[in-house]
Amino acid sequence: MKRHLISAADLSRDDAVLILDTAEELARLADRPIKKLPTLRGRTVVNLFFEDSTRTRISFEAAAKRLSADVINFSAKGSSVSKGESLKDTALTLEAMGADAVVIRHHASGAPHRLATSGWINGAVVNAGDGTHEHPTQALLDAFTVRRHLSPAASGVGQDLAGRRITIVGDVLHSRVARSNVHLLSTLGAEVTLVAPPTLVPFGVESWPCEVSYDLDAVVGKTDAVMMLRVQRERMNAAFFPTEREYARRYGLDGDRMARMPEHAIVMHPGPMNRGMEITAEVADSDRCTAVEQVANGVSIRMAVLYLLLGGNESAVAAARTEESK
Amino acid sequence: MDARTSDAARPVLEAPDIARVLTRIAHEIVERAKGADDVVLLGIPTRGVFLARRLAARLEEITGKPGRIPVGSLDITMYRDDLRLRPARALARTEIPDDGIDGRLVVLVDDVLFSGRTIRAALDALGDIGRPRAVQLAVLVDRGHRELPIRADYVGKNLPTSLRETVKVQLTEEDGRDSVLLGLRETTPADGK
Amino acid sequence: MTMSDTHKTLLRGAKVLGGEPRDVLIEGERIAAVGTGLDPDGATVIDAAGQILLPGLVDLHTHLREPGREDSETVLTGTRAAAIGGFTAVHAMANTFPVADTAGVVEQVWRLGKESGYCDVQPVGAVTVGLEGKKLAELGAMHDSAAGVRVFSDDGKCVDDAVIMRRALEYVKAFDGVIAQHAQEPRLTEGAQMNEGVVSAELGLGGWPAVAEESIIARDVLLAAHVGSRVHICHLSTAGSVEIVRWAKSKGWHVTAEVTPHHLLLTDELVRSYDPVYKVNPPLRTEADVMALREALADGTIDCVATDHAPHPHEDKDCEWGAAAMGMVGLETALSVVQHTMVDTGLLDWTGVADRMSVRPSAIGRLTGHGRPIAAGEPANLTLLDSAYRGVVNPAGFASRSRNTPYEGRELPGRVTYTFLRGRATVVDGKLA
Repeated sequence: MKRHLISAADLSRDDAVLILDTAEELARLADRPIKKLPTLRGRTVVNLFFEDSTRTRISFEAAAKRLSADVINFSAKGSSVSKGESLKDTALTLEAMGADAVVIRHHASGAPHRLATSGWINGAVVNAGDGTHEHPTQALLDAFTVRRHLSPAASGVGQDLAGRRITIVGDVLHSRVARSNVHLLSTLGAEVTLVAPPTLVPFGVESWPCEVSYDLDAVVGKTDAVMMLRVQRERMNAAFFPTEREYARRYGLDGDRMARMPEHAIVMHPGPMNRGMEITAEVADSDRCTAVEQVANGVSIRMAVLYLLLGGNESAVAAARTEESK
Repeated sequence: MDARTSDAARPVLEAPDIARVLTRIAHEIVERAKGADDVVLLGIPTRGVFLARRLAARLEEITGKPGRIPVGSLDITMYRDDLRLRPARALARTEIPDDGIDGRLVVLVDDVLFSGRTIRAALDALGDIGRPRAVQLAVLVDRGHRELPIRADYVGKNLPTSLRETVKVQLTEEDGRDSVLLGLRETTPADGK
Repeated sequence: MTMSDTHKTLLRGAKVLGGEPRDVLIEGERIAAVGTGLDPDGATVIDAAGQILLPGLVDLHTHLREPGREDSETVLTGTRAAAIGGFTAVHAMANTFPVADTAGVVEQVWRLGKESGYCDVQPVGAVTVGLEGKKLAELGAMHDSAAGVRVFSDDGKCVDDAVIMRRALEYVKAFDGVIAQHAQEPRLTEGAQMNEGVVSAELGLGGWPAVAEESIIARDVLLAAHVGSRVHICHLSTAGSVEIVRWAKSKGWHVTAEVTPHHLLLTDELVRSYDPVYKVNPPLRTEADVMALREALADGTIDCVATDHAPHPHEDKDCEWGAAAMGMVGLETALSVVQHTMVDTGLLDWTGVADRMSVRPSAIGRLTGHGRPIAAGEPANLTLLDSAYRGVVNPAGFASRSRNTPYEGRELPGRVTYTFLRGRATVVDGKLA
């Protein structure tokens, strides 16, 4: 990673820890009377959303505003520009407006990569979710949440997730969250296990740095965190599984399964949750479920990413970190 | 600080000197603050934080109030005016004492006072955290060459330097020894400050 | 086209099919003599020393886009590109707008080819009306037209209905036609964006599994055997497909197959760039597939190289992967890629190249004047190749109207210096005549 954040796979262990540590420091801003820093004053961040995602957009918007950047929201969903051929024209428009960073959510896998490498724009590109490819800031906030819970001393600052066992359950095939998390969590030293019906495990998964299981019960007892993925109901019609009931029974997290998790283990969900499908209300509302906390952590993570990409004359991530001077 | 210091760096303060000037500064603070009852010490990372802790210990000794001098740290990275001249930097810790800084006498503590830009940033950062009764500045070394109308209230040692020279403060907590070294810049004066 | 039909040209010292140096005298539309020390006798003399003389190349699979998408290619620009690439005949695919599913459209394309004069254009007729796979097009009428269509294909789409495929295979027996199948099981490739495998799993792009090609090929070779017809497999792309074709040929069934130059060289690893210039159908496969395809072309399991030249306007590729059009241009780089992947690797000699790029495709398409020996009395459809040449591909210099080549900036060997279509030079010194 140089000037962009496209894939969690681009982050080294040190990059990832730097982002988490920076987010940890920025999270403390929430306790201050003035929750704003002057750091990105005069910088323009564009939220370019080709797909509806109010949650992610608001999170990036709050992050940019807390750093005093100017924020322009560009929602392309439903308008004439939701057609692919105009990504270029949209990008040229943003370039003309002087965007220092473009936060892009797109239905096509690889669109942020294309935006970053096509020469259409000069600004930094942050992938806010592309097709079924990646969602790196979600993975970062998930790692941040895991680290806070599992390394409570100083919130784990400076530490990675070495030896932690993290289970990701559900529609891995269509999940950008799962792809980013597998890369990032394994980079941070965690042991990742994917659990899904075989139909929802990607063909070619054997090259991923993780284990794969079809049996949630076999895994749930020896895990430090369980990450439940949202399952779209329409997958049922495409014969990925027979019925919602069968899916929930075999791959949903209910109170019984949660009770078999180690005492310290947490339940995570990127939201929005399908209660009754991948997670029961009992689990979703339990104090072991970090879904709401993940949302709050998302703002800190995105502040850290924006600061590290835009806060200097070049990205701090993977750049030579020189000795501090005054 | 600054660029790299050449091997030929010469010590201008040794451990006993540093201990002595810190004690003097502590006495001055007590005198100026009339007992140091509302003093909060905020060190500027990295070495300013260690100096602030040492000063706090001395103040507690002098005033006979062990554990009663609030001490914290104030990272000024996000307030720097030269952010765009270098890669983005890792943040250091900001730790404000539990009772806050509103209505208190905040003494900022740093190792070297040079251009004054760090202190300018610190004043901005402070303004976002609260409203102190007054703000004072304590530094171990003042090497001159100010670029802003800022001066220190407490100075360990005034050290007239040329811009070709470097000043390096070493503290046991970070560097394994206490000393202040004066050296010559290895690289061109364009980098660093 | 400035030379008159009675003009004489003497190629001095060309290595005929890569063999010993020979002089080849062209007189009018035919080769007059092949020998050594031939008397120029007023002929234009071309120093061909060290260069390879091949029969004019024949492409079974070209998209000329006219009528309908003249913004990407026309018969004129496409045949110019063909000539530059050393081709003297191309088969124009039927997926135009309107679709070439009637005698009227195929005759129009055929006539445009005649007018271009750079290369023979043999139209391919659609198998089904509108390429929709439901109703047979008037195959007989297209055959009986001036275009004399013998190759039929719904290329771009698969004739996936087994009954329609069976009927088409049977029906064209009446006039010795062949069905060229684009083998792609449609349900298995819904939303497919690239080869299904390790790379697609990482990139999150919809997978196009090898089995979607192989299952159709397996079905079609069995159908062809059952009804005793000829079937031709377009752009075969997987090692599994090779196995099926090899098996079918071992049974003596009338199965032929083609491979594209890009499937002989490129792999799905390139998709990691998300650059749509690598988006093609069937998709780029794995290294193992590439090696199996080269081997199959060398041993004759795969009969021929066909370009699947698929021009697209810039804007259809200058976008994100998912929105981009599938296909790449190939006429002007085909021989270079074949030299690079097959000749320079020792898998095929120049006689083999002539066989796979001229003789066999002519035979499959039942062309009479192409794919002939280089001998006195034969039609002078010839390609002269400077095989020692090394150059970097620069699409700005293409004769094609489109620039969507995956080889931009890549060094490839070989350059066609002269192409002769029935005795007339269409390419002179590497440039259009």
